[in-house]
Amino acid sequence: MTYLLATGLMVILLMVLGVFAIVIFNGIPNFWPKPIERFDLSNGTSLMGEVHERKQVFEKDTHQLRVKIGNREVNSQDFTWIDEDTIRKTTRPEDAVLLERLEWGNAYGYLEGISFADLKRGMREMHKERSTIEHYEREKLVELNDTIAELNRKIGRSDDPKLKERVASLQKQYDTDLATLEDMRKTAFARHVSLKLSDGQTRELRLFDILHAYQPNSMGFFSKTGLFFSRGFAFMFTNPRESNTEGGVFPALYGTVLLVFLMSILVFPFGVIASVYLHEYAREGIILRLIRITIFNLAGVPSIVFGVFGLGFFIYTVGGTLDTFFFADRLPTPTLGTGGILWASMTLAVLTLPVVIVASLEGLQAVPEMYREGAFALGATKWEVIRDVVIPNAMPGMLTGLILAISRAAGEVAPLMLTGVVKSAPSLPLDLTAPFLHLDRKFMHLGFHIYDVGFQSPNVEAARPMVFTTTLLLLMVVFALNLVAIIIRNRLRKKFMRSGV
Amino acid sequence: MIESPVFQIQNLDLYYGAFHALKSIDMDIPEKTVTAFIGPSGCGKSTLLRCLNRMNDLVEGVRITGQAVLDGQNIFDPGVDVTTLRSRVGMVFQKSNPFPMSIADNITYGPRKKGMRNKRILDEIVETSLRGAALWEEVKDELDKSALSLSGGQQQRLCIARALAMKPEVLLMDEPCSALDPIATAKIEDLIDQLKSDYTIVIVTHNMQQAARVSEYTAFLYLGELVEFGVTKDLFVKPAQKRTEDYITGRFG
Repeated sequence: MTYLLATGLMVILLMVLGVFAIVIFNGIPNFWPKPIERFDLSNGTSLMGEVHERKQVFEKDTHQLRVKIGNREVNSQDFTWIDEDTIRKTTRPEDAVLLERLEWGNAYGYLEGISFADLKRGMREMHKERSTIEHYEREKLVELNDTIAELNRKIGRSDDPKLKERVASLQKQYDTDLATLEDMRKTAFARHVSLKLSDGQTRELRLFDILHAYQPNSMGFFSKTGLFFSRGFAFMFTNPRESNTEGGVFPALYGTVLLVFLMSILVFPFGVIASVYLHEYAREGIILRLIRITIFNLAGVPSIVFGVFGLGFFIYTVGGTLDTFFFADRLPTPTLGTGGILWASMTLAVLTLPVVIVASLEGLQAVPEMYREGAFALGATKWEVIRDVVIPNAMPGMLTGLILAISRAAGEVAPLMLTGVVKSAPSLPLDLTAPFLHLDRKFMHLGFHIYDVGFQSPNVEAARPMVFTTTLLLLMVVFALNLVAIIIRNRLRKKFMRSGV
Repeated sequence: MIESPVFQIQNLDLYYGAFHALKSIDMDIPEKTVTAFIGPSGCGKSTLLRCLNRMNDLVEGVRITGQAVLDGQNIFDPGVDVTTLRSRVGMVFQKSNPFPMSIADNITYGPRKKGMRNKRILDEIVETSLRGAALWEEVKDELDKSALSLSGGQQQRLCIARALAMKPEVLLMDEPCSALDPIATAKIEDLIDQLKSDYTIVIVTHNMQQAARVSEYTAFLYLGELVEFGVTKDLFVKPAQKRTEDYITGRFG
């Protein structure tokens, strides 16, 4: 019997470890720079790129290589298969460069007419110009545009001539800024770099587009390690490019953490209040039992149902009603009557409420009667006993509920798809422009990102490594959020640990 | 028989639903002495004790008839303020139950509930209460430490100090030593000896030696009835009732 039980445990442990192993082994190596290999083929052509996979040809004795050849504007695809028996010669040219670009993915080739060091220097100069341009594109002009739109709405209601003057001056400002932006773009786009591809043709690339440049074949172990970490860092803290298949996942990471945070703030007080009422005040009887069974069952309702509830109740009913009261001038464009991080976190809070209530009830039941009596005997009222003795003693149990809620909420994707997650959000839900926390904004989420990149992307092959790295990051985020909650709970538990009797 | 009684219990009946737990109890509890309730488990001695500060109110389905008069006022009158009653009649429980707060906050919990905010007076209460419970010397340098870090015996004395902080007239003790080792028990018994000059103490115990050691008066309860009540020495040396004699000689219980 013991062996049977032990075997059961082993199987479960192996499955858990297997999940982690697959995600880690598929995710982590993507940051490690691969060598650039040049294949001269028997038909006289040649290809250059990174080997990603080697596979036996179906029912044959030969092998195929899956090679990332990049240069999508020429090759139309990032990946290609090469039969090994057509390869005449494989080399790793020292001076082969890999350029990561804003558009069209990676480029592989040889620099022409410019040294690698000069390229790097040029990129550094361009980096400054690029950030100025981005500042204009994403902030300055957007803000001006928003202000003008807001003022125009006001003009619709009142005929104050001052408003019109102000709009005119802002419009002028907008036009000059736009002209400046165009000028900056023109100068920036004018600088080019020549890249000779493996087939001998030379292409002019805009220096503006080049984000990173490496010569992996001439890199040592340490510079490769450095690149490994900086790529990992860039993955977590930069914006996605090329419809999410390249670049980082920062907005999704940010959205996930903020969503879980908001959900915790919403669900915990409600869960505690509900459980305290159920346990301390509600009269035992058939109705209370029915309520309790309903709550327990609510924990088993599929999450998409909660998504539908969030869409129907929070977004259409609550949000739509608020819109008619507060944002009537913007209708029919909805402000709150559309998906956003507030509605999504509320939906998740409803979804995880049963978990918090059930765990809190257990925590409350575990508070010994004698602790309550001690306070009653000193003349405390029922509410004072609950506030001073019962809730502090039940707090570790309640936090266990919150931990379970966080675990569940951090991985939920289905309800979010109905309540405000998007594949690409123009701005973060918490930023430095007033009022800082934009609860009405749509957001990105790691879980949805995995689905989107892996299965909805135009370039599935190129996105495959992203799926695993994003999954790994999501696992790490869930783990970290749990860890924080567990540490808080254990601190509290230590505080309430009783010595002696 | 007893001069200047604090409590006059008259014709007290108590029912837990259909169960008749206390049967027409009549007794006077004398002032500034120790009265012990003894009897086998389930005889109603704790229930009787808990009547005296109305802790039975917390139990669902309890019905009480009869009176317990404190200062000319029946404490079961609907007009009696339970909070005031409990501040006059303090209680210490079987297991120590300090609050998960600092030692000082445990002591000042009751006074603060009564609206006392003056820091200096509260500090004074902490010291006098802890001295009263013979705990001051042991904890005076760590008043901000969690009460839960104290040993079992110290926690129980802290609970006594917490009750003393309310300046009660009566102190109810429900088997206060049953969870303590012999040394801690001896300390509590010494403490009871000191306290009886200022407080009326009612103690429930299932340890007859303890009743004999600490109390002046003893009441023997059996199956919800008050079988015998009298001066401890007399009750143990020459019990008037056959059932009392059987119990104290260990023939049952």
